[in-house]
Amino acid sequence: MSPMTQRSQKRWRWWREALSAIAFAVAPYSTVAGDTVPDPVKLANLVRQDCGSCHGLTLKGGLGKPLTADRMTQWDRSQIVHIILDGVPGTPMPPWRPLLSEADARWIADSLKKGMLQ
Amino acid sequence: MIRAARIVLFVALAMLARPLAASELRGTGNLGIVIERASGSVMIVDAGAHRMLGRVDGLGDLSHASAVYSPDQRYAYVFGRDGGLTKIDLLTAAIVKRVMQAGNAIGGAISDDGALVAVSNYEPGGVRVFESESLVQVADIPAVGANGKASKTVGLVDLPGRRFAYALYDAGEIWIADFSKGKGPAVTRLSGIGKQPYDGNVTPDGRHYLVGLFGEDGVVHVDTWENPLKATRILDGYGRGEEKLPVYKMPHLEGWAAAGGVLLLPAVGRHELIAVDLRDFKERGRIATYGQPVFAVARPDGRFVWVNFAHPLNDTIDVVDTLTMKVVHRLKPGPAVLHMEFTPRGHEVWVSVRDADRVIVYDAATFNKKAEIPAAKPSGMFFTARATRIGQ
Repeated sequence: MSPMTQRSQKRWRWWREALSAIAFAVAPYSTVAGDTVPDPVKLANLVRQDCGSCHGLTLKGGLGKPLTADRMTQWDRSQIVHIILDGVPGTPMPPWRPLLSEADARWIADSLKKGMLQ
Repeated sequence: MIRAARIVLFVALAMLARPLAASELRGTGNLGIVIERASGSVMIVDAGAHRMLGRVDGLGDLSHASAVYSPDQRYAYVFGRDGGLTKIDLLTAAIVKRVMQAGNAIGGAISDDGALVAVSNYEPGGVRVFESESLVQVADIPAVGANGKASKTVGLVDLPGRRFAYALYDAGEIWIADFSKGKGPAVTRLSGIGKQPYDGNVTPDGRHYLVGLFGEDGVVHVDTWENPLKATRILDGYGRGEEKLPVYKMPHLEGWAAAGGVLLLPAVGRHELIAVDLRDFKERGRIATYGQPVFAVARPDGRFVWVNFAHPLNDTIDVVDTLTMKVVHRLKPGPAVLHMEFTPRGHEVWVSVRDADRVIVYDAATFNKKAEIPAAKPSGMFFTARATRIGQ
């Protein structure tokens, strides 16, 4: 069925595993390289769970400000993207640029403004 | 003979399947709760049997939830993010009482006599205190600092003598509320302690209250045996002026045990722990870790400290030997390790792995996996033995 010999199949499997191991290891940083397409499932989980540890799971705030749609009206999209990527100096809000791409941040800003993640 | 064996087996199975009931005679010393943060539920677990006994729903927003226990270890008081304070009966797996005491809360404590439950609030700030029996409010202590600002409170713990200690995040103060004379507290205010205290805890003997600062490199120490009380800066400038890394999760000060007279504290924005000597509160060294420590939880005997890390390096646990001050073992329990809880005398440790939707139980000596328990986005885990400890 496959044109590959058993040996080359084995080798291919080895490479595939090695590559996926590397991909897994660098996954948290992979978005640094280029503006990849945002992964809505991953980003929604990140916002709810990880942003949620300071902003609350329902985004109603905690140590960080509330991120509910009604609160998001005071900033425009580019301001929110800027806050996400570069943080707010003097506060615990960290710059997410090492972990998120511009496209990711735009997706998060839009979703917050629409109240999609509450 | 075979029939008799069948009946015995049937009865045994029926007993296993029977739901938890108060009429069933049992102790609670081996029980605990696991917070399921996304579904607003709490699992009641048997730490000895590695299994869930029941689930209690309807606890609201449990992101950043924690719990304390009544002295008899039957009731858990769960502090939710949304200001909900819920009293749970472990034996019936039911809510006894629930109040929405504020808009946004961060944690709580129970007084040494078990009579008062205090909750630390972000919105409207301050601390509110309740009768543990009825959850009727007995005191409201707004936290307005010397700068006139209403403040979020953090690091709330009980101290011996019906006292509570906590820090004011926005005002940079430490307050100690003394309820020994009744329901109206005498509050001691220590101001100007430093920028943005983020958490606090007390040593297991109840004597030394330490508060970590986020806004500057340093820790604040209050020796609660001194009179008058005063706040002293320790580990000042531990970052040596280096730019700190972005902090994607606040460290927590919890799970302290006197580990050979040394306490291991997370360094904010750094991949290291700082060892503090409990005799003079001076630095005794650093331990390089896999990521930025969130919890550094000592095995109850103090020999090893298990450490988890901030996002995105939160799939790993380092185990530090406090004798050699080195990482001796590294585990990869899975995505988003949020919390670790030792059994009372430390033979096992429970690890919550949020994004794998499971709790893993490890042998604390061999690091072998002993059990896996399914749980929905588990976070904090609290065993009833906490009822016997100061500062929980």
